[in-house]
Amino acid sequence: MISLRRNVCGLLLCFLIAGCFPSAHAMPAFARKYGMRCSGCHEAWPMLNAFGQKFRDNGYQMMNDRDSPVWQNPSYWPVAFRITPNWHRESTNRVAVDTGGPNGSGVYPQSEQQITSHGFDNTGLDFHTGGTLEKNISFYLLPSSDATGAFHFETVMVRLDNLFKSSWLNVKMGKFDLDNLFSEHRELTLTNISGTYQIYHFIPVGDNNVYGQMGDNQLGVEWMGHSPSDYTRVSAALVSSNDGNVGLPSSNAYSGFFAASQAFDAGKLGVERIGFYAMVGEAPTYFLTANGGPLATPFGNQAGRGNKSYSREGFVGEFYFGKLDFQVVTQHGSDSAYFATSTAANAPLPIGARSATWNGGLVETHYVYSPQLIFFQRSEWVRMSQQAVPGTPSGLGNINAYTFGYRWYPIMNTRAGFAWHNEYSWLKTSGIAPLSLTDVTSNSLMLGFDFAF
Amino acid sequence: MRRNLNWYVSLAGAAVLAMVLLALPGVLGAQVTEYDENQRMNTDAHVGKLTGHATAAKTEYRRFCLGCHGELGDGEGEVAQWVDPKPRNFALGQYRCRSTPTGTLPLDEDLFNTIGRGMDRSVMPSWNTLTAQQKVNLVAYIKHFSARWMTEKPGTPLQIPPEPEVTADRVKQGQMLFQKLECWKCHGVEGRANGPSAETLQDDQNHPIKPYNFAEGARPKCGSSDRDIYRTFMTGVDGTPMASFADNIKPDEAWSLVFYLRTLQPYNGMNTKEKQIAKQLGLKPINPSVPLPDAPAAPQQ
Repeated sequence: MISLRRNVCGLLLCFLIAGCFPSAHAMPAFARKYGMRCSGCHEAWPMLNAFGQKFRDNGYQMMNDRDSPVWQNPSYWPVAFRITPNWHRESTNRVAVDTGGPNGSGVYPQSEQQITSHGFDNTGLDFHTGGTLEKNISFYLLPSSDATGAFHFETVMVRLDNLFKSSWLNVKMGKFDLDNLFSEHRELTLTNISGTYQIYHFIPVGDNNVYGQMGDNQLGVEWMGHSPSDYTRVSAALVSSNDGNVGLPSSNAYSGFFAASQAFDAGKLGVERIGFYAMVGEAPTYFLTANGGPLATPFGNQAGRGNKSYSREGFVGEFYFGKLDFQVVTQHGSDSAYFATSTAANAPLPIGARSATWNGGLVETHYVYSPQLIFFQRSEWVRMSQQAVPGTPSGLGNINAYTFGYRWYPIMNTRAGFAWHNEYSWLKTSGIAPLSLTDVTSNSLMLGFDFAF
Repeated sequence: MRRNLNWYVSLAGAAVLAMVLLALPGVLGAQVTEYDENQRMNTDAHVGKLTGHATAAKTEYRRFCLGCHGELGDGEGEVAQWVDPKPRNFALGQYRCRSTPTGTLPLDEDLFNTIGRGMDRSVMPSWNTLTAQQKVNLVAYIKHFSARWMTEKPGTPLQIPPEPEVTADRVKQGQMLFQKLECWKCHGVEGRANGPSAETLQDDQNHPIKPYNFAEGARPKCGSSDRDIYRTFMTGVDGTPMASFADNIKPDEAWSLVFYLRTLQPYNGMNTKEKQIAKQLGLKPINPSVPLPDAPAAPQQ
């Protein structure tokens, strides 16, 4: 049982570490290829506008019969990078801190303190390479590092576009961003708190389901279709339930991600869009072991067992009022009682255990003063609607998160991107203080030079 | 005597200066200054029930168009030097895709359609993700770059007769027209853009330009429907060597040419019948060295 916990904890840690360094997509290589400014495709990079979304849905093609690489100057190399040197301040209250040496039972006396750190830092480095191998065959490869330079492949995919000359038939395979209308890989917010959407990664307290993280790139295959103007778009993906980790770490379990949205021409207001998404799937609750450790399989993969279900679904909306826009995402989430109580499916559930469910939502607002100056805020809330174990405080694990800031792009050309980024974020999680079991609050302040070339 | 000489020199100098000043607008051609541009910011455009205002499109133009077409709409944006074909110089007030006769201003709707359709085989993509209001605002903004819109009105749109049925006779007539109007000189006998003049073509700004390759399968720049093709050769593509043939082809005959041009394209879902007829006829590429009877008058270039 200890081995089982160790395995699960190890896997959890691995997933969380991978999730801590989200890469962000901004692609000056496309701007160079097509001679277009960043603002053509991005409301403010890396956030896409409707035209950029269409370009992406066309498989990084303008559809002007000059998309094939044979039309490019041979010296063109579709590579870009992005990194953000910055100064940031991180503060969290109620962190357990040792106040003395261990007592007779080896337990350290502790108290809760507010911990604040600040200084100069770097983000991870993303190398983006993408484009077309031939007309209607697209690719994207994204080696991404954490701030120490440890690389992993964030995205590796090939996409067959416009099969049978239909924009409704596009298929990609590999590791890719799920078709979230608001991808956290293209969000404007960058702090340690706001660098990911809380509702894309929410896990209830005591839950060990790391597989339902919609914000993480996943390994699988996706069909996507859209109207020529991209006003209507639908997609369905089948992904391995391993949160994008290679080497079949969880084996033989799959999840599905479905999304659809419809845009409307709202005249002077802009293009409005509403839609929905759903992620449903199964994932293992325990792993077979040999001598308490990993199995000696030929491929080194683990053998996950006891698949149990989970789901995330909700509505999305994007509402423009001229220079002001609102992005809205709602979510209802549910995890099987086994996940919710971190119980292996071959072990008995705690008495009265039931699935954990919650509701969440976010509203992100942008005021685009000009293509070179954007103000933003985001408010997120997650509320537990049912705790897995009866008697658990109903609000345990609830989240409130707020962020606001601005990005100023002093230059805007077709070769590179550069932004002065200034942002403040605040996060409160209910009842998780290690000693007092009260709320934990964190905040993050960041000032940085965000650049891509 | 010396005073007289000085007087003559001064007079000659003044005359030269006056000539230079008078000639300056011509020398500068259609160049536009920031002052001129600001004076025309009240330009409107009308498409259907929508009214667009140049002032409302400033941000969109800066966001989407400025990189190629430039701050002053003169086609000298930062990437103009790298792209082929070169971006349009809006200051000239000369537009390729029109429903109006050659040399005249287009309808607002023509510009609106071009923005939404894009220009295939160029870096101008389809901006069909913009709202109709945004596009009509951009039309007004594009118009404000040229003084022509202050003094001229758009031409009368071409009247296109109803499309007749595709027949073998019409395809054969179209082939004859293709030869007699000397379309092949640029487009080639098989429509592969390899006619004897193809390599020498230049646009109105002396940039090399290639004729349309029917066999390539790409969409024609000014639209790919039968009516679009009809309109293209009847109104011409201003600013390019593609002249208007409105004075050389009868409206009904023009449909025959459309049908023949369709046979030069690969199957694209819009030319099934024309391709079938061409196959049944065993249609072979034209032979310009074989004279044809009753040649229509050559187009006025």
